[in-house]
Amino acid sequence: MEKMIEDLKLGFYQTFILKDNYQYFVRGIGITLQVTLFSLIFGLILGVLVAIVRSAHDQQPENRRNPILGVFDVIAKIYLTVIRGTPTMVQLLIMWFVIWAGTRSSDTNLIRCAVLTFGINSGAYVAEIVRSGIMSIDKGQMEAGRSLGLSYAQTMRRVIIPQAIKNVLPALGNEMITLLKETSIVTVIGLKDLTKGAMIIQGNTYQALVPYFAIAIIYLAMVLILTWIMGKVERRLRESDLR
Amino acid sequence: MKKLIALLLAMAMCFALLTGCGSNNSAAEANDDSNASAAAENEEAAAAENTDAEAENTDNDAVLTMGTNAAFPPYEFYDGDTIVGIDAEIAAAIAEKLGLELQIVDMDFGSIITAVQTGKIDMGMAGMTVTEERLQNVNFSTTYATGIQVVIVPEDSDITSVDDIFAKLNAGEDVLIGCQEATTGAIYASGDFGDDHVTTYPNGATAVQALTQGKLDCVIIDNQPAINFVAANEGLKILDTEYVTEDYAIAISKDNEDLLNQINAALEELIADGTVQEILDKYIVAG
Repeated sequence: MEKMIEDLKLGFYQTFILKDNYQYFVRGIGITLQVTLFSLIFGLILGVLVAIVRSAHDQQPENRRNPILGVFDVIAKIYLTVIRGTPTMVQLLIMWFVIWAGTRSSDTNLIRCAVLTFGINSGAYVAEIVRSGIMSIDKGQMEAGRSLGLSYAQTMRRVIIPQAIKNVLPALGNEMITLLKETSIVTVIGLKDLTKGAMIIQGNTYQALVPYFAIAIIYLAMVLILTWIMGKVERRLRESDLR
Repeated sequence: MKKLIALLLAMAMCFALLTGCGSNNSAAEANDDSNASAAAENEEAAAAENTDAEAENTDNDAVLTMGTNAAFPPYEFYDGDTIVGIDAEIAAAIAEKLGLELQIVDMDFGSIITAVQTGKIDMGMAGMTVTEERLQNVNFSTTYATGIQVVIVPEDSDITSVDDIFAKLNAGEDVLIGCQEATTGAIYASGDFGDDHVTTYPNGATAVQALTQGKLDCVIIDNQPAINFVAANEGLKILDTEYVTEDYAIAISKDNEDLLNQINAALEELIADGTVQEILDKYIVAG
């Protein structure tokens, strides 16, 4: 028992205090948050656009389909198939070592590459989530909007999307949590995120327990905060239901 | 018809899973056919394969499990689906002395020590360097080889010595250095040049790949793999000035003093009778 406590003490000392190692965690959290936040925004925009294309195409009457929309729909479908059908790590490696071959390995470039990859990746999942939301809104809503003189875009923006987003909020929260945790694979291209921080400390000290538990707790805390924010947003949006 | 296809697919999946496990086991066995002791080792291999099934269920004491990162030529690398190299052969020699069967497990360099500490493997052998901090968490055997950290640069690079890196950094220029994750090269480089200038990759080959793509200015890595990497990639060279000299040793769990003593005894015998030097000479031709 005493030995265990001694080990733990040494672990804490080597993980946090020795050579200012805690700095790896502080900087790591910063990078993880940056990548997650920008990927989320990028993914959300991309996802909503793709969802609109897909649902607009699917909601047309069988015999009168717009050919231009059809082309976009095919592109969107290919995008969804490829991105959802390949591992994120492979996408990241391709983006960094093939598409971005020749770019300098500076932190800014690494973060940009990660944001682009995760944004495109997350966008595919968000697209399907948002599409399920749009499809869940009764088509009478669109008809009502149009007959009141709103254009298609206006009805979409002011009537359909707000309701759709409210319906898919739990699923979106899920996707955000997944994204936050998935950013840990940026270690393969050398970006010093939270996970990499723990790996560096482990390499320096051969100490595994404390650094990995530490980042596990930090990730958990970040997810809890994200869940709490999503809960707040959900409750706020539900207020209009209770009138 | 649909059901039939589904059934076939399911069977194919099960089969793939099974064969997946199987190849892992056979890959865990290291032997080099060109080796003088190939015959003896082949017998071992055959024996190990027979007992593989038992070894998985019962914690078989007659097996010595070695963890390594097989992307580090010439110390450990894949030849077909077996892991060969200096470490693999020395380990095989030690196992023979101890009357154990050697099993080699390939994993991330950073995970080897954790696997040693948690008893998943008996020893870690991957060109590992002894440092003060590491000694507090694992035991190291007698050293069996000397490693040198060198700098790889593109042929047209304006970095001609280690001092040039310092000079460039002092002049405020941006120098990006690549290393293998969790290696001493990475530790020393972050200490000397600062974390912001050091990028670490899961293995040395990826770091060199990044260097050839112009993502980095230089790669700091162990001398022997460096020679192999430079030979395999055109337009790269190794700087004449050495970065750091260090000793390689085998990592063994602190809870397993017995094994440490056994391995040390075997290793010392092997060093004394020249076996270790023989293995080193075989792989390191133009030292």
